[in-house]
Amino acid sequence: MGVMTYREALNLALREEMRRDPRVFILGEEVGVYEGAYKVTQGLLPEFGEKRVIDTPICESGFTGVGIGAAMLGLRPVVEMMTFNFAILALDQIVNTAAKLCYMSGGQYNVPIVIRGPGGPAHQLAAQHSQSMESYFYHVPGLKVVRPSTPRDAKGLLKSAIRDDNPVIFIEAETLYGLKGDVPEDPEFTIPLGVAEVRREGTDVTVIAYMGMMYRSLEVAEELERDGISVEIVDPRTLRPMDIDTIIGSVRKTHRAVVVEAGAGFAGMGSEIVAFITEHAFDDLDASVERVTGANAPMPYARNLEQLKTPSKEKIKAAIRKVCYA
Amino acid sequence: MAQAKTVLSSKVDVELARRLYFQMFLIRRFEEKAAEMYALGKIGGFLHLYIGEEAVAVGATSVLRSDDYAVSSYRDHGHCLAKGSDPRRMMAELFGRRDGLSKGKGGSMHLFDKSVGFLGGHAIVGAHLPLAAGAAFAVKYQGGDQVVLCSFGDGAVPQGEFHESLNLASLWKLPVIYLCENNRYAMGTAIHRALAQTEIWRIAETYRIPGEVVDGMDVLAVRDVVGRAVARTRTEHTPTLIEARTYRFRGHSMRDPSAAIYRTKEEVEREKQRDPIALFRDRCLRDGILTEADLRALEKEVNDTVDDAVAFADASPEPPDEWLLADIYKE
Ligand SMILES: Cc1ncc(C[n+]2csc(CCOP(=O)(O)OP(=O)(O)O)c2C)c(N)n1
Repeated sequence: MGVMTYREALNLALREEMRRDPRVFILGEEVGVYEGAYKVTQGLLPEFGEKRVIDTPICESGFTGVGIGAAMLGLRPVVEMMTFNFAILALDQIVNTAAKLCYMSGGQYNVPIVIRGPGGPAHQLAAQHSQSMESYFYHVPGLKVVRPSTPRDAKGLLKSAIRDDNPVIFIEAETLYGLKGDVPEDPEFTIPLGVAEVRREGTDVTVIAYMGMMYRSLEVAEELERDGISVEIVDPRTLRPMDIDTIIGSVRKTHRAVVVEAGAGFAGMGSEIVAFITEHAFDDLDASVERVTGANAPMPYARNLEQLKTPSKEKIKAAIRKVCYA
Repeated sequence: MAQAKTVLSSKVDVELARRLYFQMFLIRRFEEKAAEMYALGKIGGFLHLYIGEEAVAVGATSVLRSDDYAVSSYRDHGHCLAKGSDPRRMMAELFGRRDGLSKGKGGSMHLFDKSVGFLGGHAIVGAHLPLAAGAAFAVKYQGGDQVVLCSFGDGAVPQGEFHESLNLASLWKLPVIYLCENNRYAMGTAIHRALAQTEIWRIAETYRIPGEVVDGMDVLAVRDVVGRAVARTRTEHTPTLIEARTYRFRGHSMRDPSAAIYRTKEEVEREKQRDPIALFRDRCLRDGILTEADLRALEKEVNDTVDDAVAFADASPEPPDEWLLADIYKE
């Protein structure tokens, strides 16, 4: 076990998987000579050479397609999106090709690719660089979608994503790259995709949240503890497949739930989780489920508006109090 | 348009002539039969016929090794057959049956056959061009000497992915042959209404790779041009852009009647005079390579093969309900 940043944990996962499996290679803008726009690929070019750490021109659709084609022939590409906001340029390749090849070919071809990079709200990066992109992907059968909130998860989940035989969308966060935490140094340490983690035990209400919203909810939970409200926090970690059992199990225990997400609320992850809970645990609920979501607006640049766009501690707290009638 | 260069072909032996004729005729009959089956409602969805263009797929594929790869668009029957796929399983796929290549889940536009290195039919115009570069990347990465043949229409040329792919293939020296089947129309859009540079092969120069144009109605000419590209690609990993000038005799798909509004009857009739199968047949007879009896025998064999494929497809059951949720992920 060592303490390292989220960025270093990702770097370690890449390094270990590249050492373990010569089929793994990295492709993307500025991943090599520049060592990554966010330095996640630092030091990989000197260790693995130009054959396996490949700088691409700016052509998201083209280089994502190259990764998919290479994966069809058995390689295991890790494609870096400088930020996930640019993955929309490759959306056709991801949705129409990567996600569909296994099905359309009746299982003859599969696409073991990881598409990774930062996404979600950052600091004053405005409308085109600060979006929660996961909803563009988790709707699509054939894709897996991961959002790792801690350095430990970043390492364990990225390694599983690389070893997975399917296309995995792996969305990190600019705001978490510097976060420190304990990370197992065992090269065989992995975390299975599709398994949620209970971040905090509690008895009165379940909060479902990931990434920055998970941390914000943790702070809220500490504050509410002083007021006698015990909050349990579940981090799904993988959004598709979603670990419904853990979420439902927690709701059956607490009988109340709040979903917090940074993205716009309309047709967002929160809607899906609320639907799951009402389908599977309606009779266990003591209150209707609340959603706290990002405003249904593009991300503004101005600092005050940016804060207004993302769920605040106050809003999360109010939602928890509401379902607890407290 | 400049006159397409007709390369005088190297010698054709009897074996090769039989193979080329068989394959072109097989594609033709397979598709004529598919059209019939479509009219009977046995085949649904979109059905894009390759009739008139057979010399391109057959000539090009004839210089590939069996371990080379090919990938195509939604107009993929010809490429899949030429690559050596089983007509029975292809027809079953068109019928949407459980013995189809893709278990009935791909259909006409999504034929895939891993056993013969056919990387599939892809229905988004231009999207399989980066895929071909990726397959070529994998070949090079693994130290192989296979090539990837990527077929597409003139309609893919205005797409960004065409340009992104040629740029990457050239930069990274990928063993891919981009074969543009220029039939002059993308659905109803004539090439001069879609491309600033209608001499497609010239675009190669921009990306500093060899570019060639060939008469796509002449199976031997296609064979020669692609053969040279394959040799260069195999040894030097140099990508090539080839423009084969061809023509589709039918509509864009079965939903587009052949006497279409975007081209004249006279034009279609004129082009039909250059039917690649008839041209090759005449040539074989003229040069004394094959006799009328040889050709008849091949035609009979093809007819039997296609009838057998239809019978097989018809007898194959529908896919079971459980398959709806199978193969979404590889377990
Ligand atoms: C990205 C995209 N846009 C539009 C279409 C609809 N479409 C299908 S085929 C076609 C024409 C393509 O023509 P071309 O590439 O020349 O191939 P051909 O049909 O001549 O073989 C169009 C517009 C599509 N499938 N994909």
